[in-house]
Amino acid sequence: MNLLVCISKTPETTAKIGFTDGDSKFNEEGVQFIMNPYDEWYALVRAIELKESVGGKVVAINVGPASNDVVIRKALAIGADEAVRINAEPQSAMTTAKYIADYAKSGDFDIVFLGKETIDYNGSEVGSMVAEYLDLPFFSYVSKLEMDGSKAIVTRDVEGGQETAEYTGAFVLSAAKGLAEQRIPNMRGIMMAKRKPLNVIEPSATEDLSVVVKYELPEAKSGVKMLDADDMDELVRLLHEEAKVI
Amino acid sequence: MSVLVYIENPKGNFKKAANELIFFGRSVADKMNVECHAVVLGSVSSFDAIQNAGAHKIHHFSDNSFDAFDSQQVAKIVDTAANAVGAKVIVVGHTANGKSILGRVAVRQNAGSVSGVNTMPTLDGGFKIKKGVFSGKATAEFEIKSDVKVLSLMGNSFQASDFDNTAEIVTDSSTNSDSSVTITDLSTVEGTVPLPEAELVVSAGRGMKGPENWGIIDELANELGATTACSRPVADIGWRPHHEHVGQTGVAIRPNLYIAAGISGAIQHLAGVNQSKTIVVINKDPEAPFFKAADYGICADLFDVVPKITEALKKYKANN
Repeated sequence: MNLLVCISKTPETTAKIGFTDGDSKFNEEGVQFIMNPYDEWYALVRAIELKESVGGKVVAINVGPASNDVVIRKALAIGADEAVRINAEPQSAMTTAKYIADYAKSGDFDIVFLGKETIDYNGSEVGSMVAEYLDLPFFSYVSKLEMDGSKAIVTRDVEGGQETAEYTGAFVLSAAKGLAEQRIPNMRGIMMAKRKPLNVIEPSATEDLSVVVKYELPEAKSGVKMLDADDMDELVRLLHEEAKVI
Repeated sequence: MSVLVYIENPKGNFKKAANELIFFGRSVADKMNVECHAVVLGSVSSFDAIQNAGAHKIHHFSDNSFDAFDSQQVAKIVDTAANAVGAKVIVVGHTANGKSILGRVAVRQNAGSVSGVNTMPTLDGGFKIKKGVFSGKATAEFEIKSDVKVLSLMGNSFQASDFDNTAEIVTDSSTNSDSSVTITDLSTVEGTVPLPEAELVVSAGRGMKGPENWGIIDELANELGATTACSRPVADIGWRPHHEHVGQTGVAIRPNLYIAAGISGAIQHLAGVNQSKTIVVINKDPEAPFFKAADYGICADLFDVVPKITEALKKYKANN
Protein backbone atom coordinates (compact mmCIF):
# COMPACT_ATOMS: atom_id res chain seq x y z
CA MET A 1 0.00 0.00 0.00
CA ASN A 2 1.07 3.58 -0.66
CA LEU A 3 0.62 5.49 2.57
CA LEU A 4 1.01 9.22 3.10
CA VAL A 5 1.42 10.54 6.65
CA CYS A 6 1.05 14.27 7.37
CA ILE A 7 3.26 15.40 10.23
CA SER A 8 3.41 18.81 11.86
CA LYS A 9 5.83 20.48 14.21
CA THR A 10 4.37 21.80 17.46
CA PRO A 11 5.69 23.29 20.69
CA GLU A 12 6.43 20.60 23.26
CA THR A 13 3.42 19.75 25.49
CA THR A 14 4.72 21.47 28.61
CA ALA A 15 6.14 24.54 26.80
CA LYS A 16 5.50 27.91 28.37
CA ILE A 17 3.25 29.85 26.03
CA GLY A 18 3.99 33.52 25.31
CA PHE A 19 3.58 36.05 22.51
CA THR A 20 5.49 38.88 20.82
CA ASP A 21 4.87 41.68 18.31
CA GLY A 22 1.95 43.19 20.22
CA ASP A 23 0.59 39.71 21.03
CA SER A 24 0.21 38.90 17.33
CA LYS A 25 2.88 36.18 17.10
CA PHE A 26 3.81 33.09 19.10
CA ASN A 27 7.09 33.63 20.94
CA GLU A 28 9.33 30.74 19.86
CA GLU A 29 12.25 31.81 22.01
CA GLY A 30 13.35 29.05 24.36
CA VAL A 31 10.55 26.76 23.17
CA GLN A 32 11.40 23.18 22.32
CA PHE A 33 9.56 21.80 19.28
CA ILE A 34 8.44 18.24 18.70
CA MET A 35 6.52 16.19 16.16
CA ASN A 36 2.81 16.64 16.92
CA PRO A 37 2.11 13.67 19.25
CA TYR A 38 -1.02 12.40 17.42
CA ASP A 39 0.90 12.42 14.13
CA GLU A 40 3.87 10.60 15.61
CA TRP A 41 2.39 8.13 18.08
CA TYR A 42 -0.72 7.07 16.19
CA ALA A 43 -0.80 8.13 12.51
CA LEU A 44 2.82 7.43 11.60
CA VAL A 45 3.18 4.22 13.59
CA ARG A 46 -0.06 2.69 12.25
CA ALA A 47 1.05 3.48 8.69
CA ILE A 48 4.41 1.81 9.33
CA GLU A 49 2.69 -1.24 10.85
CA LEU A 50 0.45 -1.57 7.78
CA LYS A 51 3.42 -1.35 5.46
CA GLU A 52 5.21 -3.99 7.52
CA SER A 53 2.26 -6.35 7.21
CA VAL A 54 1.13 -5.82 3.60
CA GLY A 55 4.12 -4.15 1.92
CA GLY A 56 4.33 -0.81 0.13
CA LYS A 57 5.83 2.44 1.29
CA VAL A 58 5.27 5.22 3.82
CA VAL A 59 5.87 8.82 2.79
CA ALA A 60 5.92 11.51 5.48
CA ILE A 61 4.90 15.01 4.41
CA ASN A 62 5.35 18.29 6.25
CA VAL A 63 4.52 21.87 5.38
CA GLY A 64 7.16 24.14 6.89
CA PRO A 65 10.55 25.80 6.76
CA ALA A 66 13.96 24.07 6.67
CA SER A 67 14.13 24.14 10.47
CA ASN A 68 11.42 21.44 10.44
CA ASP A 69 13.84 18.93 8.93
CA VAL A 70 14.85 17.65 12.36
CA VAL A 71 11.24 16.59 13.01
CA ILE A 72 10.98 15.05 9.54
CA ARG A 73 14.20 13.06 10.11
CA LYS A 74 12.64 11.68 13.26
CA ALA A 75 9.70 10.36 11.19
CA LEU A 76 12.23 8.68 8.90
CA ALA A 77 14.06 7.26 11.92
CA ILE A 78 10.83 5.79 13.27
CA GLY A 79 10.28 4.03 9.93
CA ALA A 80 8.92 6.24 7.12
CA ASP A 81 10.64 5.38 3.81
CA GLU A 82 10.88 8.84 2.38
CA ALA A 83 9.79 12.37 3.18
CA VAL A 84 8.59 15.51 1.47
CA ARG A 85 8.68 19.04 2.82
CA ILE A 86 6.60 21.75 1.20
CA ASN A 87 8.73 24.81 1.74
CA ALA A 88 6.15 27.22 3.17
CA GLU A 89 5.34 28.66 6.58
CA PRO A 90 1.97 27.08 7.43
CA GLN A 91 -0.44 29.97 8.00
CA SER A 92 -3.92 28.53 7.72
CA ALA A 93 -5.43 25.08 7.67
CA MET A 94 -6.73 25.52 4.14
CA THR A 95 -3.44 26.45 2.51
CA THR A 96 -1.69 23.62 4.39
CA ALA A 97 -4.36 21.18 3.20
CA LYS A 98 -4.07 22.46 -0.38
CA TYR A 99 -0.30 21.87 -0.44
CA ILE A 100 -0.73 18.35 0.95
CA ALA A 101 -3.55 17.50 -1.45
CA ASP A 102 -1.59 18.82 -4.45
CA TYR A 103 1.26 16.50 -3.53
CA ALA A 104 -1.05 13.56 -2.73
CA LYS A 105 -2.64 13.79 -6.19
CA SER A 106 0.74 13.02 -7.72
CA GLY A 107 1.31 9.88 -5.66
CA ASP A 108 -1.61 7.44 -5.96
CA PHE A 109 -1.92 6.98 -2.19
CA ASP A 110 -4.26 4.39 -0.66
CA ILE A 111 -4.58 6.09 2.72
CA VAL A 112 -3.66 9.58 3.88
CA PHE A 113 -3.03 9.69 7.65
CA LEU A 114 -3.06 12.73 9.98
CA GLY A 115 -3.24 13.18 13.76
CA LYS A 116 -6.66 14.10 15.12
CA GLU A 117 -5.47 17.67 15.72
CA THR A 118 -2.28 19.58 16.41
CA ILE A 119 -1.60 20.49 20.02
CA ASP A 120 -0.95 24.16 19.17
CA TYR A 121 -3.98 25.35 17.18
CA ASN A 122 -6.24 22.40 18.08
CA GLY A 123 -7.97 22.92 14.75
CA SER A 124 -8.81 19.43 13.50
CA GLU A 125 -9.47 21.05 10.12
CA VAL A 126 -6.72 19.91 7.75
CA GLY A 127 -7.91 16.29 7.44
CA SER A 128 -11.39 17.03 6.17
CA MET A 129 -9.97 19.69 3.85
CA VAL A 130 -7.44 17.29 2.32
CA ALA A 131 -10.25 14.75 1.88
CA GLU A 132 -12.41 17.32 0.09
CA TYR A 133 -9.60 18.44 -2.21
CA LEU A 134 -8.99 14.78 -3.09
CA ASP A 135 -12.72 13.95 -3.23
CA LEU A 136 -12.23 11.00 -0.85
CA PRO A 137 -14.10 9.77 2.24
CA PHE A 138 -12.76 11.01 5.58
CA PHE A 139 -12.82 9.16 8.89
CA SER A 140 -12.05 11.32 11.91
CA TYR A 141 -10.78 10.25 15.36
CA VAL A 142 -9.90 6.75 14.22
CA SER A 143 -8.86 4.53 17.13
CA LYS A 144 -8.73 1.26 15.19
CA LEU A 145 -7.92 0.38 11.58
CA GLU A 146 -7.81 -3.15 10.18
CA MET A 147 -7.50 -4.28 6.56
CA ASP A 148 -9.52 -7.26 5.31
CA GLY A 149 -8.00 -7.72 1.85
CA SER A 150 -8.77 -4.46 0.07
CA LYS A 151 -11.54 -3.53 2.54
CA ALA A 152 -10.71 -1.20 5.43
CA ILE A 153 -12.54 -1.62 8.74
CA VAL A 154 -12.39 1.67 10.61
CA THR A 155 -13.50 2.40 14.17
CA ARG A 156 -13.84 6.07 15.08
CA ASP A 157 -14.50 7.77 18.39
CA VAL A 158 -17.77 9.69 18.53
CA GLU A 159 -19.36 11.46 21.50
CA GLY A 160 -20.07 8.83 24.15
CA GLY A 161 -18.99 5.83 22.11
CA GLN A 162 -17.65 4.47 18.83
CA GLU A 163 -18.73 3.97 15.24
CA THR A 164 -17.41 1.27 12.92
CA ALA A 165 -17.43 1.61 9.15
CA GLU A 166 -16.23 -0.44 6.17
CA TYR A 167 -14.92 1.00 2.97
CA THR A 168 -13.06 -0.24 -0.09
CA GLY A 169 -10.97 2.38 -1.84
CA ALA A 170 -8.67 5.28 -1.00
CA PHE A 171 -9.52 7.47 1.99
CA VAL A 172 -8.21 10.01 4.52
CA LEU A 173 -8.17 9.39 8.29
CA SER A 174 -7.29 11.33 11.42
CA ALA A 175 -5.69 9.26 14.16
CA ALA A 176 -6.70 9.16 17.82
CA LYS A 177 -5.33 7.35 20.84
CA GLY A 178 -5.59 3.60 20.48
CA LEU A 179 -4.71 3.41 16.78
CA ALA A 180 -1.11 2.39 17.55
CA GLU A 181 1.52 2.40 20.26
CA GLN A 182 4.32 4.96 20.29
CA ARG A 183 7.64 3.74 18.84
CA ILE A 184 10.98 5.10 19.97
CA PRO A 185 13.49 5.32 17.11
CA ASN A 186 16.46 2.97 17.59
CA MET A 187 20.08 3.62 16.65
CA ARG A 188 19.80 1.77 13.35
CA GLY A 189 16.71 3.77 12.42
CA ILE A 190 18.42 7.05 13.26
CA MET A 191 21.46 6.11 11.12
CA MET A 192 19.29 4.97 8.21
CA ALA A 193 17.17 8.13 8.37
CA LYS A 194 20.18 10.18 7.28
CA ARG A 195 20.31 8.33 3.96
CA LYS A 196 16.58 8.34 3.23
CA PRO A 197 15.32 10.90 0.69
CA LEU A 198 13.84 14.18 1.95
CA ASN A 199 12.54 16.11 -1.05
CA VAL A 200 11.81 19.81 -0.79
CA ILE A 201 9.02 21.18 -2.96
CA GLU A 202 8.33 24.87 -3.51
CA PRO A 203 4.66 25.71 -2.94
CA SER A 204 2.21 27.23 -5.37
CA ALA A 205 0.89 30.67 -4.44
CA THR A 206 -2.13 30.65 -2.13
CA GLU A 207 -4.04 33.14 -0.04
CA ASP A 208 -4.85 32.73 3.66
CA LEU A 209 -8.54 33.41 4.26
CA SER A 210 -8.39 33.09 8.03
CA VAL A 211 -5.52 34.47 10.12
CA VAL A 212 -4.77 35.07 13.79
CA VAL A 213 -4.77 38.78 14.60
CA LYS A 214 -4.23 38.64 18.35
CA TYR A 215 -3.40 36.21 21.14
CA GLU A 216 -4.39 36.49 24.80
CA LEU A 217 -3.30 34.58 27.87
CA PRO A 218 -6.10 33.65 30.26
CA GLU A 219 -6.56 35.80 33.35
CA ALA A 220 -4.63 34.27 36.21
CA LYS A 221 -6.85 32.34 38.60
CA SER A 222 -7.34 34.31 41.79
CA GLY A 223 -5.86 31.38 43.68
CA VAL A 224 -7.38 28.24 45.06
CA LYS A 225 -9.66 28.53 48.09
CA MET A 226 -8.84 25.61 50.39
CA LEU A 227 -11.85 24.27 52.28
CA ASP A 228 -12.27 22.28 55.47
CA ALA A 229 -12.97 18.65 54.57
CA ASP A 230 -15.47 18.41 57.44
CA ASP A 231 -17.61 21.25 56.12
CA MET A 232 -18.86 20.33 52.67
CA ASP A 233 -21.99 22.45 53.25
CA GLU A 234 -19.60 25.35 52.73
CA LEU A 235 -18.51 23.94 49.33
CA VAL A 236 -22.14 23.60 48.23
CA ARG A 237 -22.84 27.15 49.44
CA LEU A 238 -19.85 28.53 47.50
CA LEU A 239 -20.77 26.64 44.33
CA HIS A 240 -24.27 28.08 44.56
CA GLU A 241 -23.64 31.63 45.79
CA GLU A 242 -20.12 32.49 44.63
CA ALA A 243 -19.42 30.37 41.54
CA LYS A 244 -23.16 30.19 40.67
CA VAL A 245 -22.74 26.84 38.95
CA ILE A 246 -25.42 24.88 40.84
CA MET B 1 -28.17 36.41 2.84
CA SER B 2 -28.41 34.20 5.88
CA VAL B 3 -26.66 32.19 8.56
CA LEU B 4 -26.85 28.40 8.08
CA VAL B 5 -26.47 25.94 10.95
CA TYR B 6 -25.92 22.19 10.48
CA ILE B 7 -27.72 20.30 13.26
CA GLU B 8 -26.90 16.73 14.30
CA ASN B 9 -29.60 14.30 15.39
CA PRO B 10 -27.85 11.18 16.63
CA LYS B 11 -30.22 8.20 16.35
CA GLY B 12 -33.02 10.58 15.36
CA ASN B 13 -32.92 12.76 18.48
CA PHE B 14 -31.76 16.33 19.04
CA LYS B 15 -29.37 16.91 21.93
CA LYS B 16 -28.88 20.07 23.96
CA ALA B 17 -26.06 21.03 21.56
CA ALA B 18 -28.66 21.49 18.79
CA ASN B 19 -30.38 24.28 20.73
CA GLU B 20 -27.07 25.93 21.54
CA LEU B 21 -25.98 25.85 17.89
CA ILE B 22 -29.23 27.34 16.65
CA PHE B 23 -29.12 29.95 19.42
CA PHE B 24 -25.60 30.91 18.32
CA GLY B 25 -26.57 30.96 14.63
CA ARG B 26 -29.64 33.08 15.32
CA SER B 27 -27.64 35.51 17.49
CA VAL B 28 -25.07 35.94 14.70
CA ALA B 29 -27.90 36.33 12.16
CA ASP B 30 -29.54 39.03 14.29
CA LYS B 31 -26.24 40.92 14.45
CA MET B 32 -26.08 40.77 10.64
CA ASN B 33 -29.82 41.49 10.18
CA VAL B 34 -30.34 38.30 8.19
CA GLU B 35 -32.34 35.07 8.63
CA CYS B 36 -31.11 31.94 10.38
CA HIS B 37 -31.61 28.63 8.58
CA ALA B 38 -30.89 25.15 9.90
CA VAL B 39 -30.23 21.97 7.96
CA VAL B 40 -31.02 18.51 9.35
CA LEU B 41 -30.37 15.17 7.63
CA GLY B 42 -32.01 11.79 8.11
CA SER B 43 -34.65 10.47 10.50
CA VAL B 44 -36.07 12.83 13.13
CA SER B 45 -38.37 11.57 15.87
CA SER B 46 -39.68 15.07 16.66
CA PHE B 47 -38.80 18.67 15.91
CA ASP B 48 -40.46 19.94 19.11
CA ALA B 49 -37.18 20.45 20.97
CA ILE B 50 -35.68 22.79 18.39
CA GLN B 51 -38.63 24.46 16.71
CA ASN B 52 -38.39 27.56 18.92
CA ALA B 53 -34.61 27.51 19.27
CA GLY B 54 -34.23 30.48 16.91
CA ALA B 55 -34.12 29.24 13.32
CA HIS B 56 -36.51 30.86 10.85
CA LYS B 57 -36.49 27.79 8.62
CA ILE B 58 -35.36 24.20 9.14
CA HIS B 59 -34.47 22.38 5.92
CA HIS B 60 -35.00 18.68 6.54
CA PHE B 61 -33.47 16.19 4.09
CA SER B 62 -35.51 13.35 5.47
CA ASP B 63 -34.39 10.27 3.52
CA ASN B 64 -33.17 7.65 5.99
CA SER B 65 -30.13 6.90 3.82
CA PHE B 66 -28.67 9.93 5.63
CA ASP B 67 -28.88 8.16 9.00
CA ALA B 68 -25.47 6.63 8.27
CA PHE B 69 -23.02 9.51 8.57
CA ASP B 70 -20.67 10.15 5.65
CA SER B 71 -18.87 13.49 5.73
CA GLN B 72 -18.73 13.61 1.92
CA GLN B 73 -22.51 13.31 1.57
CA VAL B 74 -23.30 15.71 4.41
CA ALA B 75 -20.87 18.34 3.13
CA LYS B 76 -22.49 18.15 -0.30
CA ILE B 77 -25.96 18.79 1.16
CA VAL B 78 -24.77 21.60 3.47
CA ASP B 79 -22.91 23.19 0.57
CA THR B 80 -25.97 23.05 -1.70
CA ALA B 81 -28.25 24.37 1.07
CA ALA B 82 -25.78 27.18 1.80
CA ASN B 83 -25.87 28.25 -1.83
CA ALA B 84 -29.66 28.05 -1.93
CA VAL B 85 -30.14 30.33 1.10
CA GLY B 86 -27.16 32.59 0.34
CA ALA B 87 -25.39 31.66 3.59
CA LYS B 88 -22.61 34.04 4.60
CA VAL B 89 -21.85 32.23 7.86
CA ILE B 90 -22.06 28.43 8.17
CA VAL B 91 -21.93 26.92 11.65
CA VAL B 92 -21.43 23.29 12.72
CA GLY B 93 -20.86 21.73 16.14
CA HIS B 94 -17.29 21.11 17.33
CA THR B 95 -18.06 17.38 17.47
CA ALA B 96 -16.63 14.28 15.78
CA ASN B 97 -19.08 14.66 12.88
CA GLY B 98 -19.18 18.47 12.82
CA LYS B 99 -15.40 18.66 12.61
CA SER B 100 -15.31 16.16 9.77
CA ILE B 101 -17.54 18.34 7.59
CA LEU B 102 -16.16 21.76 8.62
CA GLY B 103 -13.11 21.59 6.37
CA ARG B 104 -15.01 20.02 3.49
CA VAL B 105 -17.61 22.80 3.47
CA ALA B 106 -14.87 25.45 3.79
CA VAL B 107 -13.09 24.04 0.72
CA ARG B 108 -16.34 23.81 -1.28
CA GLN B 109 -17.27 27.39 -0.39
CA ASN B 110 -13.69 28.71 -0.67
CA ALA B 111 -14.37 30.08 2.80
CA GLY B 112 -12.08 30.94 5.67
CA SER B 113 -12.78 28.80 8.73
CA VAL B 114 -12.17 28.74 12.46
CA SER B 115 -12.86 25.60 14.49
CA GLY B 116 -13.83 25.42 18.15
CA VAL B 117 -14.98 29.03 18.55
CA ASN B 118 -16.36 29.97 21.96
CA THR B 119 -17.45 33.62 21.63
CA MET B 120 -19.76 35.68 19.45
CA PRO B 121 -18.01 37.24 16.46
CA THR B 122 -17.41 40.97 16.24
CA LEU B 123 -18.35 42.48 12.89
CA ASP B 124 -16.95 46.01 13.08
CA GLY B 125 -13.78 46.31 11.04
CA GLY B 126 -13.77 42.73 9.77
CA PHE B 127 -15.25 39.43 10.97
CA LYS B 128 -13.32 38.46 14.10
CA ILE B 129 -13.88 35.55 16.46
CA LYS B 130 -12.01 33.80 19.29
CA LYS B 131 -11.09 30.23 20.18
CA GLY B 132 -8.86 28.46 22.69
CA VAL B 133 -5.39 27.48 21.39
CA PHE B 134 -2.32 25.70 22.79
CA SER B 135 -4.64 23.19 24.48
CA GLY B 136 -6.47 25.89 26.42
CA LYS B 137 -3.35 27.72 27.54
CA ALA B 138 -4.21 30.79 25.43
CA THR B 139 -6.93 32.39 23.32
CA ALA B 140 -6.48 33.46 19.70
CA GLU B 141 -8.60 35.98 17.86
CA PHE B 142 -8.95 35.12 14.16
CA GLU B 143 -10.01 37.37 11.35
CA ILE B 144 -11.83 35.69 8.47
CA LYS B 145 -11.38 37.63 5.25
CA SER B 146 -13.51 35.65 2.80
CA ASP B 147 -17.11 36.47 1.88
CA VAL B 148 -18.37 33.21 3.41
CA LYS B 149 -17.21 32.08 6.86
CA VAL B 150 -17.31 28.57 8.31
CA LEU B 151 -17.22 27.98 12.08
CA SER B 152 -17.47 25.08 14.51
CA LEU B 153 -18.87 25.97 17.92
CA MET B 154 -17.28 24.51 21.06
CA GLY B 155 -19.98 22.86 23.17
CA ASN B 156 -21.29 24.57 26.30
CA SER B 157 -20.08 28.01 25.21
CA PHE B 158 -23.52 29.66 25.37
CA GLN B 159 -26.63 29.27 27.46
CA ALA B 160 -29.36 28.79 24.87
CA SER B 161 -32.82 30.28 25.30
CA ASP B 162 -35.84 30.04 23.01
CA PHE B 163 -37.02 32.72 20.60
CA ASP B 164 -40.59 33.90 19.91
CA ASN B 165 -40.83 32.51 16.39
CA THR B 166 -41.55 28.91 15.45
CA ALA B 167 -39.35 27.58 12.66
CA GLU B 168 -40.99 26.61 9.40
CA ILE B 169 -39.97 23.07 8.46
CA VAL B 170 -39.20 22.53 4.79
CA THR B 171 -38.96 18.82 3.96
CA ASP B 172 -37.01 17.34 1.05
CA SER B 173 -37.72 13.63 0.88
CA SER B 174 -36.41 13.01 -2.63
CA THR B 175 -32.68 13.67 -2.16
CA ASN B 176 -30.77 10.67 -0.88
CA SER B 177 -27.28 9.72 0.10
CA ASP B 178 -25.17 7.83 -2.44
CA SER B 179 -22.54 6.92 0.10
CA SER B 180 -20.24 3.98 -0.54
CA VAL B 181 -19.21 3.85 3.14
CA THR B 182 -21.00 1.14 5.14
CA ILE B 183 -21.61 1.85 8.82
CA THR B 184 -21.66 -1.53 10.53
CA ASP B 185 -21.97 -0.44 14.16
CA LEU B 186 -22.72 2.66 16.22
CA SER B 187 -22.57 2.08 19.95
CA THR B 188 -23.01 5.07 22.24
CA VAL B 189 -24.13 5.36 25.85
CA GLU B 190 -27.78 6.31 26.26
CA GLY B 191 -29.45 8.41 28.91
CA THR B 192 -26.53 10.64 29.87
CA VAL B 193 -25.47 14.03 28.58
CA PRO B 194 -22.40 13.54 26.34
CA LEU B 195 -19.24 14.96 27.90
CA PRO B 196 -18.65 17.81 25.41
CA GLU B 197 -22.16 19.13 26.15
CA ALA B 198 -22.16 18.54 29.91
CA GLU B 199 -22.50 21.55 32.21
CA LEU B 200 -21.52 19.57 35.28
CA VAL B 201 -18.84 16.90 35.33
CA VAL B 202 -17.56 14.65 38.13
CA SER B 203 -14.23 13.06 37.28
CA ALA B 204 -11.95 10.64 39.06
CA GLY B 205 -8.51 9.13 38.65
CA ARG B 206 -6.03 6.67 40.02
CA GLY B 207 -6.70 7.83 43.57
CA MET B 208 -9.86 5.68 43.39
CA LYS B 209 -7.64 2.59 43.83
CA GLY B 210 -9.91 0.33 41.74
CA PRO B 211 -12.98 0.27 39.48
CA GLU B 212 -15.08 -1.28 42.23
CA ASN B 213 -14.89 1.97 44.20
CA TRP B 214 -16.65 4.14 41.60
CA GLY B 215 -20.00 3.95 43.40
CA ILE B 216 -19.32 7.14 45.37
CA ILE B 217 -18.49 9.01 42.13
CA ASP B 218 -21.70 7.78 40.47
CA GLU B 219 -23.72 8.80 43.54
CA LEU B 220 -22.27 12.30 43.52
CA ALA B 221 -22.82 12.61 39.76
CA ASN B 222 -26.43 11.41 40.11
CA GLU B 223 -27.12 13.86 42.92
CA LEU B 224 -25.70 16.72 40.83
CA GLY B 225 -27.13 15.56 37.51
CA ALA B 226 -23.55 15.48 36.27
CA THR B 227 -21.77 13.40 33.62
CA THR B 228 -18.87 11.22 34.78
CA ALA B 229 -15.36 11.46 33.35
CA CYS B 230 -11.95 10.04 34.17
CA SER B 231 -8.21 10.57 33.75
CA ARG B 232 -6.08 8.81 31.18
CA PRO B 233 -4.46 6.13 33.40
CA VAL B 234 -7.78 4.71 34.56
CA ALA B 235 -9.10 4.55 30.98
CA ASP B 236 -5.86 2.91 29.86
CA ILE B 237 -6.05 0.14 32.47
CA GLY B 238 -9.72 -0.39 31.70
CA TRP B 239 -11.25 0.77 34.98
CA ARG B 240 -13.46 3.16 32.99
CA PRO B 241 -14.64 3.26 29.36
CA HIS B 242 -12.43 5.01 26.84
CA HIS B 243 -15.08 7.64 25.95
CA GLU B 244 -14.97 9.01 29.53
CA HIS B 245 -11.30 9.96 29.23
CA VAL B 246 -10.81 13.75 29.36
CA GLY B 247 -7.44 15.35 28.70
CA GLN B 248 -5.12 15.98 25.83
CA THR B 249 -5.43 12.57 24.21
CA GLY B 250 -9.07 12.20 25.24
CA VAL B 251 -11.98 14.63 25.07
CA ALA B 252 -11.54 18.37 25.68
CA ILE B 253 -14.44 19.85 27.66
CA ARG B 254 -15.54 23.18 29.13
CA PRO B 255 -18.24 22.49 31.71
CA ASN B 256 -19.48 25.06 34.23
CA LEU B 257 -18.31 22.82 37.04
CA TYR B 258 -15.55 20.20 36.98
CA ILE B 259 -15.03 18.19 40.16
CA ALA B 260 -11.82 16.10 40.12
CA ALA B 261 -11.25 13.44 42.76
CA GLY B 262 -7.94 11.60 43.03
CA ILE B 263 -6.46 13.20 39.89
CA SER B 264 -3.05 14.81 40.34
CA GLY B 265 -3.54 17.26 37.46
CA ALA B 266 -0.68 16.59 35.04
CA ILE B 267 -0.42 19.16 32.26
CA GLN B 268 -1.87 16.68 29.75
CA HIS B 269 -4.98 16.31 31.90
CA LEU B 270 -5.31 20.07 32.40
CA ALA B 271 -5.17 20.56 28.61
CA GLY B 272 -8.57 18.89 28.39
CA VAL B 273 -10.29 20.64 31.28
CA ASN B 274 -8.64 24.03 31.83
CA GLN B 275 -11.46 25.86 30.07
CA SER B 276 -13.92 24.71 32.76
CA LYS B 277 -15.53 27.68 34.49
CA THR B 278 -15.15 26.36 38.04
CA ILE B 279 -12.80 23.59 39.13
CA VAL B 280 -13.01 21.72 42.45
CA VAL B 281 -10.06 19.47 43.31
CA ILE B 282 -10.09 16.75 45.94
CA ASN B 283 -6.70 15.21 46.64
CA LYS B 284 -4.93 14.02 49.75
CA ASP B 285 -1.55 15.16 48.42
CA PRO B 286 -1.14 18.89 49.20
CA GLU B 287 1.52 19.06 46.46
CA ALA B 288 -0.85 17.84 43.71
CA PRO B 289 -0.34 20.27 40.80
CA PHE B 290 -4.08 20.35 40.15
CA PHE B 291 -4.61 22.63 43.20
CA LYS B 292 -2.85 25.44 41.29
CA ALA B 293 -5.50 25.29 38.56
CA ALA B 294 -8.43 24.89 40.97
CA ASP B 295 -10.94 27.39 42.31
CA TYR B 296 -11.78 25.30 45.37
CA GLY B 297 -9.53 22.68 46.90
CA ILE B 298 -10.09 20.05 49.54
CA CYS B 299 -6.93 18.35 50.77
CA ALA B 300 -8.25 15.12 52.25
CA ASP B 301 -9.04 11.48 51.54
CA LEU B 302 -11.54 11.37 48.68
CA PHE B 303 -13.26 8.32 50.22
CA ASP B 304 -14.28 10.59 53.14
CA VAL B 305 -14.92 13.77 51.17
CA VAL B 306 -16.91 12.62 48.14
CA PRO B 307 -19.79 11.06 50.16
CA LYS B 308 -19.85 14.19 52.33
CA ILE B 309 -20.36 16.38 49.26
CA THR B 310 -23.21 14.10 48.15
CA GLU B 311 -24.79 14.43 51.62
CA ALA B 312 -24.33 18.21 51.63
CA LEU B 313 -26.03 18.42 48.22
CA LYS B 314 -28.97 16.33 49.44
CA LYS B 315 -29.34 18.61 52.44
CA TYR B 316 -29.10 21.70 50.23
CA LYS B 317 -31.74 20.35 47.85
CA ALA B 318 -34.08 19.48 50.73
CA ASN B 319 -33.82 23.03 52.09
CA ASN B 320 -34.24 24.84 48.76
